Amino acid sequence: MELIFKKLSQLSAGLLFVILAATTLVLYWSAKPAIEAFGVGFLIETRWGVEEPLVAAGGQLESSDELTGSDSTDGGDDDFIDDEDDFIMDDEDASDDTTREVYGALVPIVGTIFSTLIAMLFSIPIAMGIAVFLAEIASSSIAKPVGVAIELLASIPSIIYGMWGLFYFGPFIASIFGGNTVSLLVAGLVLAIMVIPFMAALSRDAISTVPDMLKESAYAMGATKLEVIKDVVFPYAKAGIIGSIILSFGRAMGETMAVAFVIGGIYQFAGKVTDPTNSIPVVLANSFAESSGLSLSVLFYLALVLFILSFIVIGVAKFYFLRRK
Amino acid sequence: MRLIANRLFLIFSTLAALIGLFFLGWILFTLCAKGLAGLSLQVFTHDLIEGGLRNVIVGQIIMSGVATVIGIPVGILAGVYLQEYGGDSKLTEFIRDLSDVMMSAPSIVVGTFVYAIVVIPTGHTSGWAGVLALFILMVPIIVRTTDDMLKLVPVELREAGIAIGASKYHVTMNIVIRYAKAGILTGILLAFARVVGETAPLLYTSGSSEFWSTDLTGTFPSLTVSIYNLATMPDEEMVQLGWTGAFLLTAMVLVINLIGRYASNDKRR
Repeated sequence: MELIFKKLSQLSAGLLFVILAATTLVLYWSAKPAIEAFGVGFLIETRWGVEEPLVAAGGQLESSDELTGSDSTDGGDDDFIDDEDDFIMDDEDASDDTTREVYGALVPIVGTIFSTLIAMLFSIPIAMGIAVFLAEIASSSIAKPVGVAIELLASIPSIIYGMWGLFYFGPFIASIFGGNTVSLLVAGLVLAIMVIPFMAALSRDAISTVPDMLKESAYAMGATKLEVIKDVVFPYAKAGIIGSIILSFGRAMGETMAVAFVIGGIYQFAGKVTDPTNSIPVVLANSFAESSGLSLSVLFYLALVLFILSFIVIGVAKFYFLRRK
Repeated sequence: MRLIANRLFLIFSTLAALIGLFFLGWILFTLCAKGLAGLSLQVFTHDLIEGGLRNVIVGQIIMSGVATVIGIPVGILAGVYLQEYGGDSKLTEFIRDLSDVMMSAPSIVVGTFVYAIVVIPTGHTSGWAGVLALFILMVPIIVRTTDDMLKLVPVELREAGIAIGASKYHVTMNIVIRYAKAGILTGILLAFARVVGETAPLLYTSGSSEFWSTDLTGTFPSLTVSIYNLATMPDEEMVQLGWTGAFLLTAMVLVINLIGRYASNDKRR
């Protein structure tokens, strides 16, 4: 019994490693055809699902409708499914050796990075404001219920944020800045609102680890609240706060549902922030079930890219800023 | 000057808090307004095909529930290993870091992984694929909470157990885990609340169905995936049903969170 129990618990711990390793391997293995076909150039190629002639005179007949097909951006996602049906057809058509389909990840990669950056730009000041407010300014009779509310809000499923963004926030932003109701800007802002409670709760925890004695000695020297927070609290809690920002960054980057509703899902760079574009998780969410063969392998390649990116972000946060003692 | 700067800072920070809370309040408000408008008994007594949500709600709970039932022993055992057997070795630290990484990995990637290992070989979406995806998301959370909770158990308790001749297995099961029970339970509840609201990993693993089904080997109804589908439909009524589903989902998640919070407070203070 003793031995079985020990073995079982070892096995369970080992399972974690197995799952992670298997994820990486399976993604790599599934992405292999695409990696072989496009190499690292995939990351900087801007075209998606366009047929390219292998010989100079090859047919460019039915190539252009993928890019232009999804220009009605109001409905966003349901339009997109129609386009995907074309993909499958094209796959079969393209098997004669005169053309090949070109896929590139640059549009979704850029979309992912920019939507995340916009999210960070807006969420960091607000989340820090909330964290400071809760930890240093508000009396405990306010800070406690508000703090609990923030933590509860952090647990709301992301699909709710996306839905609200599509029906209320998108039109609201469009009425102020013009442009579409689904756009890079809306996606970034919805992400910002989504990560604010998460970031605020983590930062507040970091701030409240600052010993009272440090703060009191600063106050005793005649420092104002601003000076105490700027010169005592932030330097002390710096690692935790930066860690919370990076974790939020990772969360915003890998977020699917909140973005899927509001980014538009088209393979085009957003010339202005109010233009629709695409992001890696959204491409995965929209195209997966309808793809096969090479186009499916391309999606696995994208998933692998996203996995590695988030791995790096989380790794940086864990190993440099949130090191356990 | 210093005082003015201080004033400005305090105002800014309070304002930031108010802005943040305003948007979050706005979300909750629309959610309640739109969700309650469509709430009726019919939602709970009819399946999606007939304009209700019964099958998808039950489906979501079944998938999350099965994932939890499988996840609990695995997660707790792994947590026990980290705390009771692993000691302070490099390996233990490594597994801890791994579970942290897995905890924050994008959920859509878990979906693609399960798609590759289950859906492609079997050729169709299934409830089990959804369960597996949720299980993968859930285990690291349970591992980390178990690990943290067991850390709080005083060493003296373990020593007392060993001193009277109990084996390590008995000490762990009857003393350590019993002591940390409330905390572990909270962790499990929070993990359940987290996976029950997941959409991305289910999109193409379980899919969603409009019909009543308890057969996990076939395409399985999912509340979150249905909300996604309903919300993007042009039909007003379908969108309304989506809002009702969103409201019910949020209510469920928040209630589970509150229960978890209450349970842990009960024990700790």
